[in-house]
Amino acid sequence: MQLTAEERAMADGRDGPAVARAMDLLLRYGRALGAERLVETRNVVASVSATTPFMREFARREGGMDAVYSQFSLDSDEVVAIPPVRTRAMHTQLGFAPDSAAQMGVDVATVQFYRQGEAFTRALGIESANTCTPYQVGNEPAFGEHCAWMESSAVVYCNSVLGARTNTEGRESVGAAMLTARIPYWGFHVDENRRGTHRVVLDVALDSNADWGLFGYWLGEQVQERVPVVEGVRAKPDLERLKHFGAAASSSGGVELYHLVGITPEAPTLAAAFGGRAPADTLVYGEAERRATHAQINATASETKVDYVMLGCPHYTLAQLRDAARLLAGRRVHADCALWIFTPRAIKTQADAEGTTRAIEAAGGCVMTDSCSAMSRAAPRGTRVVALDSAKQAHYLPAILGVQAWFGSTADCIEAACSGRWSGAYR
Amino acid sequence: MTATADASTTIVLHGRCVVPGRAEGEALVTRDRISGWGGIDSRTGTVVETRHELRGVSFAGKVLVFPGAKGSSGWSNAFHLTRVLGVAPAALLFNEMTTKIALGAVVTRAPALTDFDRDPLECITTGDWVRVDADAGVVEITKRRPAT
Repeated sequence: MQLTAEERAMADGRDGPAVARAMDLLLRYGRALGAERLVETRNVVASVSATTPFMREFARREGGMDAVYSQFSLDSDEVVAIPPVRTRAMHTQLGFAPDSAAQMGVDVATVQFYRQGEAFTRALGIESANTCTPYQVGNEPAFGEHCAWMESSAVVYCNSVLGARTNTEGRESVGAAMLTARIPYWGFHVDENRRGTHRVVLDVALDSNADWGLFGYWLGEQVQERVPVVEGVRAKPDLERLKHFGAAASSSGGVELYHLVGITPEAPTLAAAFGGRAPADTLVYGEAERRATHAQINATASETKVDYVMLGCPHYTLAQLRDAARLLAGRRVHADCALWIFTPRAIKTQADAEGTTRAIEAAGGCVMTDSCSAMSRAAPRGTRVVALDSAKQAHYLPAILGVQAWFGSTADCIEAACSGRWSGAYR
Repeated sequence: MTATADASTTIVLHGRCVVPGRAEGEALVTRDRISGWGGIDSRTGTVVETRHELRGVSFAGKVLVFPGAKGSSGWSNAFHLTRVLGVAPAALLFNEMTTKIALGAVVTRAPALTDFDRDPLECITTGDWVRVDADAGVVEITKRRPAT
């Protein structure tokens, strides 16, 4: 790979062993990809947390959080002292919610160890946003900005909605990027790879977050990791709809970039989105596809008695928390059911201040931060059947927890929480 | 392009080095893409994804032959853990290059190759003995004798 003088100096140890280790990993990673060079990045979304007993034991045995970072964020067997990060760095969601640990069945020692780790990463300069939605808590990169983000639902939002540029990075590559402000120039950093590959004609109106989630789920399965260009969107989607759409498309498939003609920034026209390339295929999403996808995503569920309703995948916006509170007004969560809603810490602070959290709690629901049931593998004891308004969560939870999952609208889910029964129907 | 030392039992493939090194072992072949986080158990090196054709099968010490990676950005970390816990594959042979698999292969530190002159999914069967020389870009496959 071709390196600049600055990159060569970092690789040769000018800035100490941790930076040299980071450059070594980036060069091994870049060569593996077949990249010719690195690109400068100042915006990293990373996971460096240690939230399992295994990590606690590793840290105890090998040399604390420096050892955890050296091994799991730099792929270095040698323990090196980790210096402050050189980029903006925001932490993704965690393996549990520290403030709700007991409810999630996490032991006290793991929470204490996590708190030490959080102090370590804060001292490095990493923001403890702890969310899969960095873009709704102040990290909104500029159009064309080169980023190094983890979390597939955030990656697809960053590329598609914001027009910034990132591949789906992993723990080690972002660990190195934070210390060097570099990432391989490959994939979606490169103009020609951002052009559309498949034309998708939307032949049905999408009127809710659930509608957009279903469409995304279908789309991901159809195009896998390629770049779809969607025509025929009637009502412009907002942040929430795009959040549910991208999360679904990156779960059923590996979509990291899509274009909505006339809506997303790299698709002012169909021709611009394809950049002169001919579509490999044209796909149509109509009523039949919508109905079939709804049936497919509900395929694991047969029992109507619901034990657990989880909302907040991807993490809820403040407006979604308010919607949930409004739907719960004058009602109570059923004694045999639990309602957990996940949102970023920053948004829970706002919800606390304005009384939204109190309203949800008064009805028997819980507002939690930092995690979700898929990340934490935690659900209320004895859960067999869950209800979800997220296609992504409905994709993962049956596999991760071995539960049945119903998918429907937020209103269907709140109804299930209060009645203890699933009554959502295809509409 | 393909050299064959012994036409009846041995096949040689050429590919591009992703992670240098040499290894050999029994092949484990799947036509399904593999998920890292949520798709494997890093403690045992076993595929756990529902509906995956290798569900319940361990790749520890095997030459894993597969189309590519899918799923969460936790892919590399899930395979990184298999190395730390001693249950990583011996080598990785795959067709589709992505950031997930490139980084995952690097941190697993298993010799890895891609961009083959012939499709490894067509040439290699589970149980074949496979020698991987990633530095030279060569894979030598000794076909398992049919059961008699």
